[in-house]
Amino acid sequence: MKFNIKRVIAVIRKEFFQIRRDKRTIAIILLMPIMQLFMFGYVASTSVDHISTVVFNNDIGTESRDLLESFTNSQYFDINYSAYSMDEVQMYVDDGYAKAGIIIPPEYSENIKSGETAQVQLIVDGSDPTTAQTILSSAGGVIQSKSVKIVTENYGVIMPQPLDLRSRVWYNPEMSSVNFNVPGLIGVILQTVTLMLTSFSIVREREKGTMEQLIVTPISKMELMVGKIIPYVIIGFVDIILAIGLSVFWFKVPIAGSITLLLFFSIIFLFCALGIGLVISTVSRSQLQAMQLSMFLIMPNILLSGYMFPVEAMPRSIQGISQFLPLTHFIKVLRGIILKGVGFSSLKNEFLILSLFAIAILSFATFKFEKKVD
Amino acid sequence: MEYDIETFALTKNFGDIVAVDNLDVQVKTGTIFGLIGPDGAGKTTTMRMLTSLISPDSGTGKIGGNDIIEMAEKIKLDIGYMPQKFSLYEDLTVLENLIFYADIYQVPKKEREEKIEYLLKFSNLTDHTYKLAGQLSGGMKQKLALSCNLIHTPKYLFLDEPTIGVDPVARRELWKILFELRDEGATIFVSTPYMDEAERCDEVGLMNKGRIVKKNTPQKVVEEFEKHIIEVHSKENYKAKEFCSRLDYIEDVYLLGEELHIVVDDYETKKEEIIKDFKENNIDLISIERVNPSFEDVFVYIVNNEQDRL
Repeated sequence: MKFNIKRVIAVIRKEFFQIRRDKRTIAIILLMPIMQLFMFGYVASTSVDHISTVVFNNDIGTESRDLLESFTNSQYFDINYSAYSMDEVQMYVDDGYAKAGIIIPPEYSENIKSGETAQVQLIVDGSDPTTAQTILSSAGGVIQSKSVKIVTENYGVIMPQPLDLRSRVWYNPEMSSVNFNVPGLIGVILQTVTLMLTSFSIVREREKGTMEQLIVTPISKMELMVGKIIPYVIIGFVDIILAIGLSVFWFKVPIAGSITLLLFFSIIFLFCALGIGLVISTVSRSQLQAMQLSMFLIMPNILLSGYMFPVEAMPRSIQGISQFLPLTHFIKVLRGIILKGVGFSSLKNEFLILSLFAIAILSFATFKFEKKVD
Repeated sequence: MEYDIETFALTKNFGDIVAVDNLDVQVKTGTIFGLIGPDGAGKTTTMRMLTSLISPDSGTGKIGGNDIIEMAEKIKLDIGYMPQKFSLYEDLTVLENLIFYADIYQVPKKEREEKIEYLLKFSNLTDHTYKLAGQLSGGMKQKLALSCNLIHTPKYLFLDEPTIGVDPVARRELWKILFELRDEGATIFVSTPYMDEAERCDEVGLMNKGRIVKKNTPQKVVEEFEKHIIEVHSKENYKAKEFCSRLDYIEDVYLLGEELHIVVDDYETKKEEIIKDFKENNIDLISIERVNPSFEDVFVYIVNNEQDRL
């Protein structure tokens, strides 16, 4: 197939002229990454603290107040409501004012003083599993340390512990969900923006009729495709820089690994995303259809790529599907480089998969594109 | 005589509809060939097959001796094609469009500037060089489209109803350009719904239902017409037309502007009958006279007759 670089440059220039005059496209290029990063970066936070809590305290001793203080001090619980009956507790939880309820029985202080086991009841709103999980584990922690303290104070001895677990959290020691979410988000944003832009690129020319004029010229399929891809590679690259810049300077996500390696992988991924967009654009009959197809693809990409839910937790068959999404591999790369600081040797598989995917999808797009109007 | 554009049993179906039916047509080098026909006759489909925008179902064609299927990409170096719908980039300026196509056709840098300047002047677009193509008027858009198609000096030019939606002055200008191009040696294949334009072609093909039913010079097409045309003035045109269409000896009747045209095999014998029948049926008749068939008369008759036959 003939390939003339001057023709390719002509197409690239033409695309840039058009993009420059199209406010909608410029908005997608510049605003969409910023908006998505802020939306997902802040909203999709999975760390839960300051849980609104209702307390029904039947005890009059200082010990119970001591316990409640421990709950408050943990930062996980905000005691916002006091109830005077179980019905009232239920009302606060039912109406969503409180996610957790702490019920202290009348004999609590007595029991502590006399060295008996004192009981405390915890009510958890389990409708949101993430919050419920946090409540359960943090309440357990509060009670555990309180128990040790009571024993120490009451008996003046340090209780021997047969097992001592020393945990160290690597890569993201504060377990900040922003640090975890933002790298994956860069991948999601890149996928969404490039898919949206390229999915229109061919079909718009068909819909407007400009393709008809282009087809009767001697331009080859290859020249046209490359000319269509390169502008969006450049734009995608600008978006990566924008997204990484925001992550580092706004969300304060430190990049542990090499930025060069990150950019290198981003470009390979860009070719994958652009290829998918081009395939959509060549098989679609109208811009509307292309839009619907892209939307149809964006959803599984967000859900199955491991951005939201760990791939390991998915059923086997779904895991298989997620392996076919380039985003799954790119997110692994992003988290690897940004959070763990790994080098190329740990990412060889991803490099291979992404490169193969890029080559395959771009060849398929070129193959599917016909220099015909029907 | 050498033929630049030829088709051989060219056929295209869209579902059950035969758009182009075993078409055989030849266009002589350096002439303007007009493809004339009603909507849906297959003019656009023919042109799209010749320019390899769509593939024929069977048959083939040759442009400059090259097969349109096998040599499609080679042919593209030498053709220009102006689709019916404006197909340039509306969000590019006049100049940007011209430069884009100059790049695509790889017009050498030296020739390019001269050529662009010439085309802008030639199409009266010099004052609009930096305007967006989308902001041009219909006539200017067509002239720009033609200019972009002339940037590489094509030998064969295909124009699909180029003057639709163009004012009479711009139409004239466009045809002037076509004559100049022909005189420079280009072969032009143009389709048009306008009869006055058909008469400007060196040769016309009357197309109906995917076939060329008549092909000749416009003069010959009229000369060879054997029927007689009677022009009737009446205050009750529609009633008269309706009445005539029920008379056996009248082959065809249609309104051409304000006049009723009646097609018969012989004026002398049928004139009396018409006068008599009009009088008997109380239909107003101001005048009745024989006129020379115009190109339009022939066209309408052939198309109507074909439709009756099929």
